[in-house]
Amino acid sequence: MTRPLLLAAAALAVALVPVVAGPYYATLMLPFFGYGLALLGLNLLFGYAGLLSFGHALFVALGAYVAAALTGRGVLAFEAILAAAAAAAALVALPTGALCVRYVKIYFGMLTLAFGMLFYSFLLKFYPLTGGDEGMPVRRPRLLGQAFADLDKIGFLTGPFYYYALALLALGTLLMWRVAHSPFGLCLRAGRENAVKAECVGVHVRRLRLAAFVLAAVFAAVGGALLVVPTGLADPLLAYWTHSGNLVFMVLLGGFAHFFGPLLGALVFILLQDQVMSLTPYWRVVFGTILAVVVLFFPRGLMGMLDPRGARA
Amino acid sequence: MLGGVFHAAVLFLVAAGLQLVFGVQKILNLACGSFYALGAYTGVSLVQWALGAGLPRPAFLPVLLAAGAALAVLGPPVERVLRATYERDESFQLLLTFALVLIFEDVIRVVWGTAPHQLGGDVYLAYGRIPVGRVTVPVYNLLVIVAAGLIALGMGLLLARTRFGRIVRAAAENRRMAAALGVDMARVSTRVFTLGVGLGTVGGALVIPATAAVNEMGIELIVEAFAVVVIGGLGSMRGALVGALIVGLLKALAIAVYPEAEMLAIYLVVIAVLVFRPAGLFARAAA
Repeated sequence: MTRPLLLAAAALAVALVPVVAGPYYATLMLPFFGYGLALLGLNLLFGYAGLLSFGHALFVALGAYVAAALTGRGVLAFEAILAAAAAAAALVALPTGALCVRYVKIYFGMLTLAFGMLFYSFLLKFYPLTGGDEGMPVRRPRLLGQAFADLDKIGFLTGPFYYYALALLALGTLLMWRVAHSPFGLCLRAGRENAVKAECVGVHVRRLRLAAFVLAAVFAAVGGALLVVPTGLADPLLAYWTHSGNLVFMVLLGGFAHFFGPLLGALVFILLQDQVMSLTPYWRVVFGTILAVVVLFFPRGLMGMLDPRGARA
Repeated sequence: MLGGVFHAAVLFLVAAGLQLVFGVQKILNLACGSFYALGAYTGVSLVQWALGAGLPRPAFLPVLLAAGAALAVLGPPVERVLRATYERDESFQLLLTFALVLIFEDVIRVVWGTAPHQLGGDVYLAYGRIPVGRVTVPVYNLLVIVAAGLIALGMGLLLARTRFGRIVRAAAENRRMAAALGVDMARVSTRVFTLGVGLGTVGGALVIPATAAVNEMGIELIVEAFAVVVIGGLGSMRGALVGALIVGLLKALAIAVYPEAEMLAIYLVVIAVLVFRPAGLFARAAA
């Protein structure tokens, strides 16, 4: 019974950030919404289906580049951009996913990594289409038909866009909750625990995994489109394999065994990165150590510490 | 074309280390690229120091080899950390090696900074050039190719003929059975991992006269080394050799014909192999 209350309190706290903590922390929170969405999808693959993707950044970058390409061509309605990003992700994820889900474990990881790097080199080398290593600029979109022309950049980002992104993340969370707790989610978990047994009781493991793959890709692309509006730039490094690694890191940090783990992981990762980067340019050493400690001693992540019963909420 | 073979030779060393570790420990070591980068940086520094100390220029090759081999001391402590995850899901092992990638990347940044380090062309050409067909190539490239070939041969003999090799093959076949038969798996793991690290660092050290050591070299090489092991088949030494040749030559070919497709071509081959022969060209058992 306390969970809805906790969630409401968390949502309210996030909603109050621009008012209480000021624009610095509000802009700091912006990547959280994008990453949060992407990680909800990634965790459906990793936490529920048991498939570790090392190429999920592909779809984040895809969403980002769709946003860049559309705003560059004068399509500024953000709803249209999000829909296009989701459609593009589904279109790419269907064939790639169909190949990837034929494998599990290390082979799945390597194939997704190969696809991610394929996309990265495409972004990097096809300069006329993608801007090469300079990336593509993203113009300010219109939200719900409003241009907010009277607001400056910070005002736009910490005002309308902030709440738009928050609402989108809340919507995505709700949707993913329904998916993860549907029979579909249960079947995915059955397939993770024992694929043969699941097949025997009539679960189309591979087909479900493909569905999860596509859904995860759609979430990642929407997240990617959200991610690049504040930065104003779609960069090929978004598709690089270390970015995929960071995504997995966030999931693990929060705790993949828990529905809300990835959201917590994204939040902590972003705040921690900001803190550590302001202290030392060598944040990778710190983060590498944290990751090693989490893997070695707290495989259930932060949520595992907060919720030792280990309930898969 | 010889440039491709040169690249393949270096790639083979790193991939061989990756294969060896995967064979025995079943860990796909993302950090092997970091060892390669460490080997490169250490190689530059050591050679510069040695030349500064008055060593004749042609003596740099043994110095490089020594630098690479000496770095293998990193093997045992790193293996000790990884050991905690042997019994766990391989996702955790992969993530732990990713943590190592992050750590080593900054270690390099702290020690050597972000500027590229390189040895001058006079070192690279210390052994002169010789004409091969219509082109002239630095003798050094040929030396590295020969050295990699010798190491490949040595590895083959080590695995096929020695007692240690038999134990390694047994452990790769069935870890538990080997342990049950009285093999000290902890010791074998340490040695194998150290050997794997050594191959990576020597590979890094050898490449350095030809190119500069840059921060990104490790994480860039790792994806190529991955391509090699996927094409060749995980855990197979012969696969590493053939895979390295395919990737090296493909890269040289793509650069000559259509530079935009350089990496694209490699990943397309990787995906094709994974789709049509997921176990790789040379793997015995399907995964």
